[in-house]
Amino acid sequence: MHTYKKLLLAAAASLVFSANAMAAEKLRMGIEAAYPPFNNKDASGQVVGFDKDIGDALCAKMKAECEVVTSDWDGIIPALNAKKFDFLVSSLSITDERKQAVDFTDRYYSNKLQFIAPKNVDFKTDKASLKGKIIGTQRATLAGSWLEDNYGSDIDIKLYDTQENAYLDLTSGRVDAILADKYVNYDWLKTDAGKNYEFKGDPVVESDEIGIAVRKGDDKLRTRLNAALKEIIADGTYKKINDKYFPFDIY
Amino acid sequence: MNWEVIIKWLPRLAQGATLTLELVAIAVIAGLILAIPLGIARASRNGYVRALPYGYIFFFRGTPLLVQLFLVYYGLAQFDAVRGSSLWPYLRDPFWCTVLTMTLHTAAYIAEILRGALQAIPRGEIEAARALGMSQAKTLVHIMLPRAARIGLPAYSNEVILMLKASALASTVTLLELTGMARTIIARTYLPVEIFFAAGLFYLLISFFLVQGFKLLERWLRVDACQGR
Amino acid sequence: MTIDLHGFGPALLAGTLMTVKLALCALLLGLVLGLLGALAKTSPLKPLQWLGGTYSTLVRGIPELLWVLLIYFGTVSLMNTLGEALHLPGLELNAFAAGVIALGLCFGAYATEVFRGAILAIPKGHREAGLALGLSRGRILSRIILPQMWRIALPGLGNLFMILMKDTALVSVIGLEEIMRHSQNAVTVTKEPFAFYMVAAFIYLGLTVLAMTGMYFMEKRAARGFARASQ
Repeated sequence: MHTYKKLLLAAAASLVFSANAMAAEKLRMGIEAAYPPFNNKDASGQVVGFDKDIGDALCAKMKAECEVVTSDWDGIIPALNAKKFDFLVSSLSITDERKQAVDFTDRYYSNKLQFIAPKNVDFKTDKASLKGKIIGTQRATLAGSWLEDNYGSDIDIKLYDTQENAYLDLTSGRVDAILADKYVNYDWLKTDAGKNYEFKGDPVVESDEIGIAVRKGDDKLRTRLNAALKEIIADGTYKKINDKYFPFDIY
Repeated sequence: MNWEVIIKWLPRLAQGATLTLELVAIAVIAGLILAIPLGIARASRNGYVRALPYGYIFFFRGTPLLVQLFLVYYGLAQFDAVRGSSLWPYLRDPFWCTVLTMTLHTAAYIAEILRGALQAIPRGEIEAARALGMSQAKTLVHIMLPRAARIGLPAYSNEVILMLKASALASTVTLLELTGMARTIIARTYLPVEIFFAAGLFYLLISFFLVQGFKLLERWLRVDACQGR
Repeated sequence: MTIDLHGFGPALLAGTLMTVKLALCALLLGLVLGLLGALAKTSPLKPLQWLGGTYSTLVRGIPELLWVLLIYFGTVSLMNTLGEALHLPGLELNAFAAGVIALGLCFGAYATEVFRGAILAIPKGHREAGLALGLSRGRILSRIILPQMWRIALPGLGNLFMILMKDTALVSVIGLEEIMRHSQNAVTVTKEPFAFYMVAAFIYLGLTVLAMTGMYFMEKRAARGFARASQ
């Protein structure tokens, strides 16, 4: 009788585990969807952008079925750790602070931080000229913590929930300038709303590497993502996606 | 629970709490001042006088504060006319935008409280005042409003607590009040539970003191003696 | 004045449906919690009184926005333990469930007070009459107290429901695709915050009018037989 029960239990357990193995091929990727051109939503509610295309290409290489889960930027790392999704392709800079909370793959593009301000304003980016200025940036970004750490007491930093809201306030004149990722700024400057604004000064941070985040200790998925990343770079898929959004190489 | 982190960030949270208190204090006082004419007009027997405050109250009570805040903060700034006006130095500042929205919002609710209180005053008292030869205005100032204030005070204290909680929305327009500060700290520590827990304690503490304060005020104004007819 | 929705009409409609769904689910949970809270607070047992009192004080003292954030991000370890116990490793709270729980919790805390007031408003004689007729406690509750309580509590609950419906906007913060979230998406694309937040405001106003109309008929129905007596 006892052995029979044990057998049944073992059978049930194996059923559960095999179900797990099957389910593992379904992955969920986390995306903010408010950060054009890297990620945003079109009118039909579909998530589009560079991050999404990279994520899809990686999933295809990993032979996984991927579902997109959106999250607010503020809560995007907690959401990854809360298992709302399995990996995070959302233009996340690799920083030491974040490494304490999540693990990163190799970079999938690299970025710079650069100020933008109105064309008709003489805006200098050295410490003395920035004093007393109102600078907008997105909360919980590299730009945000960089400003806090380097200019915290000298300038008025405004932290926005989304990058788009920061741009809205630049056009309304609430902030003097915005510090953000160069390519995001680049894309916005090309839009109608951004035509009276331009880059100011040299990039202030040169070595901003963007990676895909996974939960701490999830090495299995991290290695698979890294391998897939190498593949899409090698076979030209990456270049195709790159060219769709930028006329220059952002890797 | 990581207590060390909570203790480390406590001063910053306290800083946020001060801003929360400022927002709420200005909004509920300014809201009260704005609500007095609204509430009186709303209780009027003249249909035309009633219509305007009715529309105002209907809009501000029928839509979420978050929508109102975004309308004032992002919506108004969209227009060149607003940006060129003399009000722009104030509307430019998220603090004043939030104060303005909270004031307009709470005024609608306080006006309704006031209307209810005015209509709850026993008719005999008003008639007695008029019979003594008091003018309509005098009756309003000396009899009706002090009476309505006592009848409405418990409901007003509820409204103040509601505004305390509503002030959390200021975090969506870059203000670093209690919730905004908590969210910014979480952006660096990635410990939402600990920090939100600590912020929650602050809110509980503030509402506890507010409730006690209003209890004292009620005793001082002898509100319970006025509730019975 | 016509407003160009730039193709976001269907998205806003879907958001409206989501808002309604969220509000109704939270209402259901909140009514149950409120009833339990009120019964606990009016029960003769001290620990139950304490439990009901703590629930309504604690929940009402903390902003709704904080509850939404806390429940969405704070229940991870709880869900993981539960998931392991049930052999469901993927068990988790999505934004909708978190929103329903957070808003239901807040609605329930206020409803506790409304229901308690209603229970206390029922004349003592009714309960005593029930006891004298030999009805059990449960029967008195279900046949005498609850049907009468409903009528007295309805206006208060109606007000709470209006508040709940507007609080659904807060769930946009954790990414639920309701009215507010869809409006924000539209603003991102069109750069027209005023128009789209105005549209959102009018959708909420429409929902409020609908809810008010519903309340009117429910109150009328609940008060049948009473209107004459009180005239």
